[in-house]
Amino acid sequence: MEKVTTHTGTALPLRRSNVDTDQIIPAVYLKRVTKTGFEDGLFAEWRDDPKFVLNQDDFRDATILIAGTEFGTGSSREHAVWALKDYGFKAVVAPRFGDIFRGNSLKNGLLTVELPSEAVEELWGAVEADPTVEVTVDLVEKEVRAQGRSWAFEFDDFARWRLMEGLDDVALTLRDEARIAAFESNRDAWRPRTLPSAA
Amino acid sequence: MSRTPQGTEATRPRTLAEKVWDDHVVRSDGEQPDLLYIDLHLLHEVTSPQAFDGLRQAGRKVRRTDLTLATEDHNTPTDNLFTIADPTSRKQIETLRANCEEFGVRIHSLGDAEQGVVHVVGPQLGLTQPGMTVVCGDSHTSTHGAFGSIAFGIGTSEVEHVLATQTLPQSKPKTMAVTVNGSLPEGVSAKDLILKVISITGTGGGKGHIVEYRGQAVEELSMEGRMTVCNMSIEWGAKAGMIAPDEKTFAYVKGRDHAPTGEDWDAAVAYWRGLKTDEGAVFDREIVIDAAELSPFVTWGTNPGQGVELSGAVPDPAAYEDPIERSTAENALAYMGLEAGTPMREVGVDVVFLGSCTNGRIEDLRAAAEVIKGRKVADGVNMMVVPGSARVREQAMAEGLDKVFTEAGADWRFAGCSMCLGMNPDQLTPGQRAASTSNRNFEGRQGKGGRTHLVSPAVAAATAVAGRLAGPADL
Repeated sequence: MEKVTTHTGTALPLRRSNVDTDQIIPAVYLKRVTKTGFEDGLFAEWRDDPKFVLNQDDFRDATILIAGTEFGTGSSREHAVWALKDYGFKAVVAPRFGDIFRGNSLKNGLLTVELPSEAVEELWGAVEADPTVEVTVDLVEKEVRAQGRSWAFEFDDFARWRLMEGLDDVALTLRDEARIAAFESNRDAWRPRTLPSAA
Repeated sequence: MSRTPQGTEATRPRTLAEKVWDDHVVRSDGEQPDLLYIDLHLLHEVTSPQAFDGLRQAGRKVRRTDLTLATEDHNTPTDNLFTIADPTSRKQIETLRANCEEFGVRIHSLGDAEQGVVHVVGPQLGLTQPGMTVVCGDSHTSTHGAFGSIAFGIGTSEVEHVLATQTLPQSKPKTMAVTVNGSLPEGVSAKDLILKVISITGTGGGKGHIVEYRGQAVEELSMEGRMTVCNMSIEWGAKAGMIAPDEKTFAYVKGRDHAPTGEDWDAAVAYWRGLKTDEGAVFDREIVIDAAELSPFVTWGTNPGQGVELSGAVPDPAAYEDPIERSTAENALAYMGLEAGTPMREVGVDVVFLGSCTNGRIEDLRAAAEVIKGRKVADGVNMMVVPGSARVREQAMAEGLDKVFTEAGADWRFAGCSMCLGMNPDQLTPGQRAASTSNRNFEGRQGKGGRTHLVSPAVAAATAVAGRLAGPADL
């Protein structure tokens, strides 16, 4: 995975709360068997509306999405993260995220940071007044900056280190292979198996 | 018996969630998230292809094919067992079949006697048992918590991780109790209970918590009812939902294909009996509900937290103080084509969907059949009955339930996710309104432009007869 440290770009204000993963990408777009090509499905239900913020020229090049609370609730589909990334977003700022979406985003290097509603409101105001305003999401300093203002955010230390180093979770876990094997040798024999014997 | 992986007795009272967690910790070093061992990994066609690709690219195998099971459900048609008309859906199914073949994973394909919705198949095979860790690339994996297991949905990257390592790094969630005191009134079901909970907490209220549902009303629920409650834990943002196993749980598991037998059964039950929250254990949060106050519950909006009593009315967005919440409610009403103040019982429907991992089990079909027996589906209403699995379908037919539904004018289908999500041919058309026993009323969830009201099986059946939202008592 590529390393994630800090990103600066223009931002798109999505003044909605409870944007669930069915809204981020409807199920009908989930049928690909690859990890790319999901940008067409991003917010597909809303893109028919010419007034929808994603269709506005001012925000065409935005790379940071600023959304209302409970962004990414619902379905576990990682396609929601792939769609945002494929469309060109590098970061999402919201007061709160759905757990599974948040976990998925960090596995794909999409920076998701939580700021209080007041900060999100200020950012919405700033980028709506001037869509060229540059916003920085800085994982190193754990803060979002725009127009000389800054807002600190919390971020799990281990997840941050993993992102900044661009580390692969599976490879990290396999360093503990001996412990996994030891755990397996102590498992109760009556635990159910899907096949008659281990492969 | 309470154990920890180090073999030491725990010294402080623990919650059910903490016990199951502790018994699955492979590594806990205080710096990284805990590494949890996974007892059962369920797969389906939508969230697995990229995970298998990842394995292939890294030259890795599936570590424990004997703890892994795949089924086909999201894309499958429910009008036949053989033909998947949509080429992209077919490709996804064929990819799953090829991956299972290549990596040696057991699969139950369309047409197989054990095929069905992944969260119906696990419990019915007896693969879901108390005190396990169960994951699947599907958020409704929380269903399996009904057996006293920690069960949660994961993304595709995590699916790959579990395939490769049979473990997952997880930060330990907080714990929460939802205590439901007293008995549910006659005519109030598990679905009504969980819809009420979500309306109190909102879609994010459970975030970061493993929830234990407890209290008399929960103990009195059948295993099917418990699965319905745990299934919708994700709809209020909880990491997982669980219910302590009891005699009802053991009786449900006993005798199933993968249930332990003989001495193994005795050993398992001895362990399972310890799986309850200790006296004096402290939850980080608790919600207390009085069961006597509950009544049939339905949703009016576009997220599962936007619900109201069936006897109530569509709320007025102006009543919300928070401007974002107000505009969210306004958007919901506009999308749903509803006026504030309209009594819910006056909302007419075009489609009734009975099925899904929330309410597609035998007891759900029985509850709906009891209401609809000897009655007719209203003119202009299309009622689809979709069993959660091929086995549920077979059992329902053995009980004659299919006849009850077809004689009422309902459509009796094959098993699958069907109209719960707009991924297979079963979809609403724009503007169509459905009463649905599924779990999500999101915009477009059941088909582009479709409007969903979440309801219980009994309310679904009564609604089909009345042609508008109704409970059995209204008929």
